[in-house]
This record gives sequence, structure tokens and C-alpha cells, in this order.
Amino acid sequence: MEDDAPVIYGLEFQARALTAQTAETDAIRFLVGTQSLKFDNQIHIIDFDDENNIINKNVLLHQAGEIWHIGASPADKAVLTTCYNKSESYCFLLSLAPFTKLGSFALSLSVSLSLDSRVVSCAAVWRMPSDWETGSHESPDDSAHNPQTLELLCHLDDSAHSNAACVLWEPMGDGKRVISLADNHALLWDLQESSTQATVSSTATLEGKGQLKFTSGKWSPHHNCSQLATANDTAIRGWDLRTMSQIYCIENAHGQLVRDLDFNPNRQYYLASCGDDCKVKFWDVRNVQEPVKSLEEHSHWVWSVRYNHSHDQLVLTASSDSRLILSNMVSISSEPFGHLVDDEELSEGEDNHQEDKSKEPLKDSVVSTYEEHEDSVYAAEWSSADPWLFASLSYDGRLVINRVPRALKYRILL
Amino acid sequence: MTSSYSLFLFKRHRVHGMLKLYYGLNEEGKAEEQPESLDPCDINGPHFDPELFLNKLRRECSLAELMDQETCMVKQIRSLDSDMQTLVYENYNKFISATDTIRKMKNDFKKMEDEMDCLSANMAAITEFSARISGTLQDQHAQITKLSGVHTLLRKLQFLFELPARLNKCLELQAYAQAVRSHRRARCVLQQYSHLPSFKGIQDDCHAIMDKLAQELRQKFRDGGSSAKDLSECVELLLQLDEPAEELCDKFLSHAQSRLDTIPSPTSNTDILEFIDRGCNEFVSSLCLVITSYQELFINHAQKGELASKNIPQMANGKLNAFVDDLAARYFSLVERRIQEEKGVADNSLLVRALDRFHRRLQAVTKLLPGSAVPNQGTEIVIRAATERVKQYLSALQSFYMDSLTDVRQALATPRLPELLSSLSASILNQIKSVLASVHLFTAKDITFSNKPYFKGEFCSQGVRESLVVSFIKFVCQSSRQFCESAGDKGGSTPPALLLLLSRLCLDYETSTISYILTLTDEQFLVQHHSPVTPVTTLCAEAREAAQKLLNHYVKVQGLIISQMLRKSVETRDWVNTIEPRNVRAVMKRVVEDTTSIDVQVGLLYEEGVRKAHSSDSSKRTFSVYSSSRQQARYAASYTPSAPMDTNLLSNIHKLFSERIDIFSSVEFNKVSVMTGIIKISLKTFLECVRLRTFGRYGLQQIQVDCHYLQMYLWRFVSDENLVHFMLDEIVGSSAHRCLDPAPMEQSVIEVICERG
Repeated sequence: MEDDAPVIYGLEFQARALTAQTAETDAIRFLVGTQSLKFDNQIHIIDFDDENNIINKNVLLHQAGEIWHIGASPADKAVLTTCYNKSESYCFLLSLAPFTKLGSFALSLSVSLSLDSRVVSCAAVWRMPSDWETGSHESPDDSAHNPQTLELLCHLDDSAHSNAACVLWEPMGDGKRVISLADNHALLWDLQESSTQATVSSTATLEGKGQLKFTSGKWSPHHNCSQLATANDTAIRGWDLRTMSQIYCIENAHGQLVRDLDFNPNRQYYLASCGDDCKVKFWDVRNVQEPVKSLEEHSHWVWSVRYNHSHDQLVLTASSDSRLILSNMVSISSEPFGHLVDDEELSEGEDNHQEDKSKEPLKDSVVSTYEEHEDSVYAAEWSSADPWLFASLSYDGRLVINRVPRALKYRILL
Repeated sequence: MTSSYSLFLFKRHRVHGMLKLYYGLNEEGKAEEQPESLDPCDINGPHFDPELFLNKLRRECSLAELMDQETCMVKQIRSLDSDMQTLVYENYNKFISATDTIRKMKNDFKKMEDEMDCLSANMAAITEFSARISGTLQDQHAQITKLSGVHTLLRKLQFLFELPARLNKCLELQAYAQAVRSHRRARCVLQQYSHLPSFKGIQDDCHAIMDKLAQELRQKFRDGGSSAKDLSECVELLLQLDEPAEELCDKFLSHAQSRLDTIPSPTSNTDILEFIDRGCNEFVSSLCLVITSYQELFINHAQKGELASKNIPQMANGKLNAFVDDLAARYFSLVERRIQEEKGVADNSLLVRALDRFHRRLQAVTKLLPGSAVPNQGTEIVIRAATERVKQYLSALQSFYMDSLTDVRQALATPRLPELLSSLSASILNQIKSVLASVHLFTAKDITFSNKPYFKGEFCSQGVRESLVVSFIKFVCQSSRQFCESAGDKGGSTPPALLLLLSRLCLDYETSTISYILTLTDEQFLVQHHSPVTPVTTLCAEAREAAQKLLNHYVKVQGLIISQMLRKSVETRDWVNTIEPRNVRAVMKRVVEDTTSIDVQVGLLYEEGVRKAHSSDSSKRTFSVYSSSRQQARYAASYTPSAPMDTNLLSNIHKLFSERIDIFSSVEFNKVSVMTGIIKISLKTFLECVRLRTFGRYGLQQIQVDCHYLQMYLWRFVSDENLVHFMLDEIVGSSAHRCLDPAPMEQSVIEVICERG
């Protein structure tokens, strides 16, 4: 059972933003946003052909600025959000052509064009041009020279709230609701008129001493999508979106900054977090005093933690020690005793050995450590189409697509 | 003539031969060498024939020869004749003297015969006389025998008739013993002749008196005021009076119990030795007394007398055992309660002496009552007390250790870490030694229970070695590890210097102290490992692991402190709109200062360690990002969005040749490794923070200046300066990349600024 070699794709720019195309459940597709202060930033649409082990890619221009965070709509394949930085000098260098069309934006731009040069974080909803796919298939070389541009649907900023850290789509929703985390505010937006208009429906504000700032967050898929978890500094907070009030708070969840969160897709109270103390912690939000489990496998900050969407014992973590680690957290998964198999399904004799194997209690363990990256890995994502496949992105622009080892896959399935 | 002579010769020869045969002489030599010749011509042979000889001579010899032969033969005959004469003479003399002797003997025998006849006549006369005497005396003798028989009988009768009076008198005088003795003597006779009215009367009288006596004895017995000796006498008499032994046993025991019930209750103000002493003197000794007298009365006595048949010894023994067990249980519970109150560990000798005394006194019970469980229970109490004591010592050691850590924590401010370390480890070692010495008292030779198998084996190996020494060492490691865990999450409450100190302590334990302590223990307690014990290597491994963990944690904590400074300095500044750098930022100086002081601190406790050779101009190296080739490679990359290949080729090739750097990795036990760890953590934080910011031209230049400054000072701390170069390269490279207007500062200017400080 030889595992397939990882597939590596290189971007020419540095990159931090990675997401699976959530609404796409047939093709294995990832979206990557680049970071460049000099050139037009791009969104790479990476299609992975599982059978031939080939990557197909398409590039869309994202001229607004360098992308820090990207999110794909769960309902519409073509819609996505980005959080990006734009700076004065950068905007100035660009021709005004793409922006003159967008009157309202041009106005706000004129403010930032004033002599006070600064970098502003914004968030926006975009639509991919409808024919991006056809273009690339005809002549890949042409598309390289003449990439298409994203179509702006609406901004997720208002005058009072800026500096968006990330934008979260409502999980499994109809693509009408997003939350943006900006400084110390969590804004719940309603997208109307096929996402061209966004209005803030409610806000929650983090209050306390000093300059508080949300670093990341996650919209819980449980409880009818009425809960949100956010991270600021070393604390994790849970919010009820109906009242926009705090429901729990894990103070000092990590020794250092909390970098990322993820909800267990199958166990509603379970939450994974990671941070600068090199640890990955698993919480039961009903008891926030102690983590249920704590892992310390990485040798530097952990930037991203992701539960597998189907098999929640598989947890992916990405770290600035340039490693990606796949862990098998059986004991706190929704299948702590492995997949329950009916006796009838087991054919006699032949499977005795396997039966024994499945009956012995599985231990939490590191499945494998992926060392294909040379630089800090800031993002890792599971594919939305194939539950055994995941992508990771390092700062130097290297995207690596890996699979869960077959042995483990069959062990989980059989 | 010739023929007669030769016959003589022949005979003579034969006589010789027979004599020889008779005396067993063997004619070895000549005779056998020359076997008797059969030649009839041999004059000396037995078959000599004179006729043949003469004929032969006449035939063979000349006249002259014959003549010669003749003279020779005459000569021989003559000499033989003289020989014979001599022999005859000699034998004749002997024969004469023999004849004389025989004649004398004949005379003597005759005389003797006469005397014998006279003697036998006398003897006959004597016999006659004696027969006559005995005949006359016969009648008188029979009479005398009869008379003496009557006399004894009369005496006995008199005794019997006087018995009631005598018994009464004895009763009055309270000479019970004498009364019983008298009665016993008469009892059988009275029994036998009870059909005679007079004897019957006497018997009845006696019975009445003896009943009264028994009554009185019982009364006396019940009153119990009398001494143990009186009491036992009482019982003895009663037994002789055929009282039921079982009842007596019960009464005796209940009586003894009432006296023994006054066991001293434990009063806490008396010390344990005094308590045990009192217990021993009062309880155990009177218990022994009771046992002795009881055994004397009911068991030994009964075995001799007629009572043995009634199974009394077994019954009595059973009762005694139950009685002793019951009492001892109560006594033991008291003792145990008292021992449990003994919490202070200051003076173990008192407890040991008390236990020893306790145990020693119980040995008396063993001797008296071989089958009893009491001594075993006593030993168990001692064992429990000993194990309890070991536990107390362990907790005392643990609290001592924690107290010393608190003291150390307070003294950390002074920069005298080595002294602190040595005083800490010395005081712990001393404490362990003193505890061992205290515990050792349990196995001292003069303590009675020290030769019990438990104290020889299990106490030494399981008790002292495992649950005291090994547990303590494990506790040290454990508590050290806790410092790492608790401090890690809730923001370092443990001062880093303490972590460093403890790490060194654990390392010292690993290298020498553990084996020293265990050897010391094994020597002192002569541990024979019957059961498996924790080997030294396991403990050493544990200590090493703890040391490693502490040191790693130290590195982490110190690294985080510096990281925090760097992070704040990067995050709080507006790097886009900053002014042209004129100075190294203060925070960098602070970082260098802190690093230096950490270096000093670590240097106090850990050795230098090895580092790679420095290049000649370590502090003057320029960063490769400024060298044109790499910079161009990075920024002049042609815009080819679809190229599925990494364009940051040079940077990656550079990385290919440098090893992957693990930031929070394990460090070695030396200064350089520790410093490398701390600097790695700090610089990596710097890098990650820089990557999250956007820089203006002057922002980049400021980073350049700062990095150069760090470069100037940090290389000396690490094992491989290339590591610092590489990481600072990355920082400057990343900031250049994040720069809106990347115009690097001239290297010479940077150097000038940095040297100005």
C-alpha cells in the first residue's frame, strides 16, 4: 500500500490565504490568495485531478491588494470573500482603470490617497468571472498573460469598522450571511440582491482594557449556526449570534497568542485551538477550566488547525516550523471505538485478524508529519470534495496536496 | 662293625629328622639342596648298603686308595663315637634332676589330702549347729512381724479417729493445706470401709468439715483481695478437693481480668517510651504472672495428677489462649492508638526504643505460651509502626524539600547560584542521611525485632529503599516537572533562575547523587533484593528527563521573555511612516543586555559547551540580501503568473543547504546550547512578526540596523554563528519583501550607526 507522493505547486508570490471551494463537492478545488506589495495580487484556483495526479490552475487578478484571508461561499461556487491590505503607494502605482468603474470605492480611495501614507485592511465579497474555466482550457499560455479580474460585489467595511482580520461564511448556509471580525468588533452582515449589497444586521464588541483585537474566529456549524467562537490574544470567546452576547470565555487558553480555531463537525461542544505556545488544544466548551487534550508536537507556533469534515479524529495542524502534522485523535472523536462494524459484514476467517485490530482501542497518535515545505506553513485545508485529501500553503508560495495514508484510511473505513 | 655303625648313623639321622619335625624347624639350606640320595653307595644316604659299598670299593679302588679309605673311615668313626658319648652324658644329667622333682611332688600331695579331710569334717559340724539355732528362733520372728503389723494398723485407725478433730483444728488455724493433705490421705480408706458404721460416721464428719473448708476456700477465692500467690494456693487446694476445673479456670481468669483491666490509658502528655514502659511493667508483667500461675495450676499440675485423664490441660489451654488474646487485643489497640499519635519525626530513637521494649516484653509471652498469636500481632504492630514512620519520613523529606525550594526562591535575587545550588543539594543530602540514620535504628543489632525476617528483608528493600529513598527521588523529579507544566500555561510563576537551578540539581542527581544515595542506603541496610527494586538507571533516566525538561522550559521561558519584547516592538510601531534610522532601537540593546545576563546566569551553573569555529570577522559580516545577486533574484523575477515552478529558487536553494531549524527543540546540558535555544526562539519570533507587518523605506532600514546590531552581539553566544546569520538574513529578507519601497541602507552607514551604539 504505497501512498501517493505529494503534489507540489509553486506560486511566484508569497501567500498566506488558502481555502477549499466549499460549494464545490465534485472537483477537488482550492483557492489561494497571494501577498505581494509590488505586483497585482492573484487568486489561484487550483484544481486537482485525483486520477492523473495533475494540478490544473487558473489565475484571477485581485488588484485591490495583498490577500490575508480568503473564504469561499458555501452556496455559490463563484462567490468568495477576501480580507486584504491596501496601501497608499500600491494604489497609486496602479492605473485607476479598474477602480473608476466603482464609484463608491473611488471616493473612499481618495481619502487614503492623501499624504498620510498608511496601510488599511479591508474586506470584500467578490465574484469570479463566469468564463474563467473555459479560458484556461483553451490556451493556458494566453491566460497567463491575460488573466481575468475578479468582479467586486460589495465591501464589507463601513466607516466605523475597518481592519478586518477575517470573514466567515455561515456554514452550510445559503450564502447570505457572513461575519467579519474587525479590530474588536464582530459584524454580522446580510448580503442582499445576489450579494451586491451588504448591511450590518448586528454587531458584538469586545470590551476590556487596552487595544483588544480579534485575531481569528470560527462560525459554529452546530446549534443551528447560532454560535461564533473568536480568539483574541490568549483568550477564546464564544458568542451567541441571536443576542450578540458572550456565552463562554476561555481565558489563557494558550500561553501565547491564539492563532486559529476549529469546531468539531460532529461533536457540538468540541473545539480545537492552536497558538504561539506550539500547542494544539481540544476543548469542551461546557468546561473551560481545562482542555480535554493538549498536543505539543510542533516546534514553533501553530497557525492553523482543521478537523476533517467527515472523520473528526483526523486533525491537521500547520506550523511555522515548516511542518504539517496529521494527528489521529481517536479518543475525543465522535467514533472513539473506531468504525462500528456489524458482525454480518465481516466475512469469516479472512477478516479475523482485522477484526482483532479494530477491537483494540485506538490510541491518539500523530499519523504523519509532512516536511515538504521549506518555509512557515500558515494555512492548511481539507478538500471539500474528497475527505482524504488536504492542501497546505507555506509562505514561500508552495502549495502541497497530500492524502491521508491509505493504511489509516482503510482502517477508519473498514 | 661297619654295618652296625652305618645303621646307627642312619637312625641318628632319623631321630634328628623327627625332632626337627616336632619342633617345626625347617631344614632350609643344605638338607633340601641335597635331597636324600637314593644311591646305596652314599655312606650318609638312607639307602646305604654296606655290601654294595664294599663291593664297589673293592672293585674300583686300588689298594692304596682302599687303605686311605679305611683310615679315613676309622677316623670318622672315632669322632662320631666321642660325639655320642658327650650327648649321652648331657641327657643323663637332665633325667636325674627330673626324677628328683617327681619324687618331691609325690610327698607334698599326700600332706594336702589329709588337711582337706579335716576341713570337710569341720564344715559338717557348723551346718549342724546353724540348723539347730534357726529352728529355735522361728516362732519368735513370726510373732514380732505380726505385732508390728497390728501396730501400724492401730496407728492408722487412730489417725482416722482423730481426723475430724484434726481437720477442725486445721480449719480453725486456717491451715487449709494441711487439712486437705490429711483428708486426702484418709479419703480412700474411708471410702473403702464406709460400710462399717463407725467409719461411716468418721467419713460423714470429714465430709462435713471438708465441705465447710471448700466453702471457705471458695469464699476466699471469690473475695479476691488476696495476693496472686494466695489465690493460686487456693485454687490448688480446690482442685485437690475435686472442684470442677473448668469453673475454676473461668473464675481464675475472670478474677485475673478484673485485676488486669487497669491498663494505663494513653495520655498524650507522657512520651511514648514512658507509656510503653508503664504498659510493660503493669500489664505485660502481670499478664505473664497470670499465665505462669495459671499454667502451674491447671496445666502442669493437672498433667501429673489424676486430672490429666479428663482432658483438663487442653481445656485449660484453650481458655487461657482466648483470655490472653482478648486482653492483648485490647492492649494492642491502645498501644497502636498511642503510636499513631506519635507524629513528630524529631526523635526516632524514642519510638524505636519504645517499640523494642514493647516487642521484647512480648517475647516473655512467647516463651510462656508458645502457640499464642500475641507475639505475632505485636510484631505486626511494630511493622506497621515502622512503615508508618517511613511514610512520615517521606512526607517530612518532601516538605523539607519544598521548604528549601521556597528558601532558594527567596534567595534567588543574589547572583550566587552555584553557592545556592551546592547548599541546596548539600542540605537535601544531609536531610536524607539523617533520615536514613533515624530509620536505621529500626534495624540496629540490639533491637529485638530487627532480626525478624520483615526487618531483614522487606523493610530494607521495600520500606526504606523503595518507599523512602526512591519515592523521594521520584518526588524531586516529579515536582520539578510540575514546575514546567504549571508555569507553561498560566504565565511563568516560576522564576527562570529557579528552573535553571533545579535543572542543574536534577542533572547532578543523574550523574552522581542518586547512585550515591542508593549505594549509601544499600550499604547501611544491607538490602537483599528479594523483590524487584527500582534500578538506579531508571531513576537516573527519570532525573535526566526532569533535568532536560526543566532546561527546555528555562529556554522557553527566557526565549519568550525576549520574544515578547521583540514582538511588542514590532507590533506597536508604524513601520510605514517611520523616520530615517539614526540609532539602534533601545529594545535591541535591551535584548542584547538580557541575553548577556542570561548567558552569565547559565554560565554559573553549566559548562561552556562546544561551538563551531568562528570566522575571522564574525561581527562584521554583511547580509546576503544586500548582495546584489540574491536581491535581484528575488525582486526582479519576471512576472509569469502561471509558471508552476518556484521562482524563489535562490532562496530555496539556500535553504536546501542549511539544515531545518527546530525552534523549540531540546537543548543540551551546556551553556552554548541553552543560549542557542533562547536566541533561536527570539529571532524566529522577530521573523514571524516582521512578516505580519508592512514596511516603508525607513522601516526596512531600521530593521537592517537592528539586525546588524544583533548580529554584532549575538554570534558569540551560539554554537553555530551561521544560524544567527541565517535567521537575521531571513528577517531582513522578509522585511525587504514586506517593504513598499525597498531601498536598503548602505552597509557602511549601518556599521557606523551600530558602532555608535
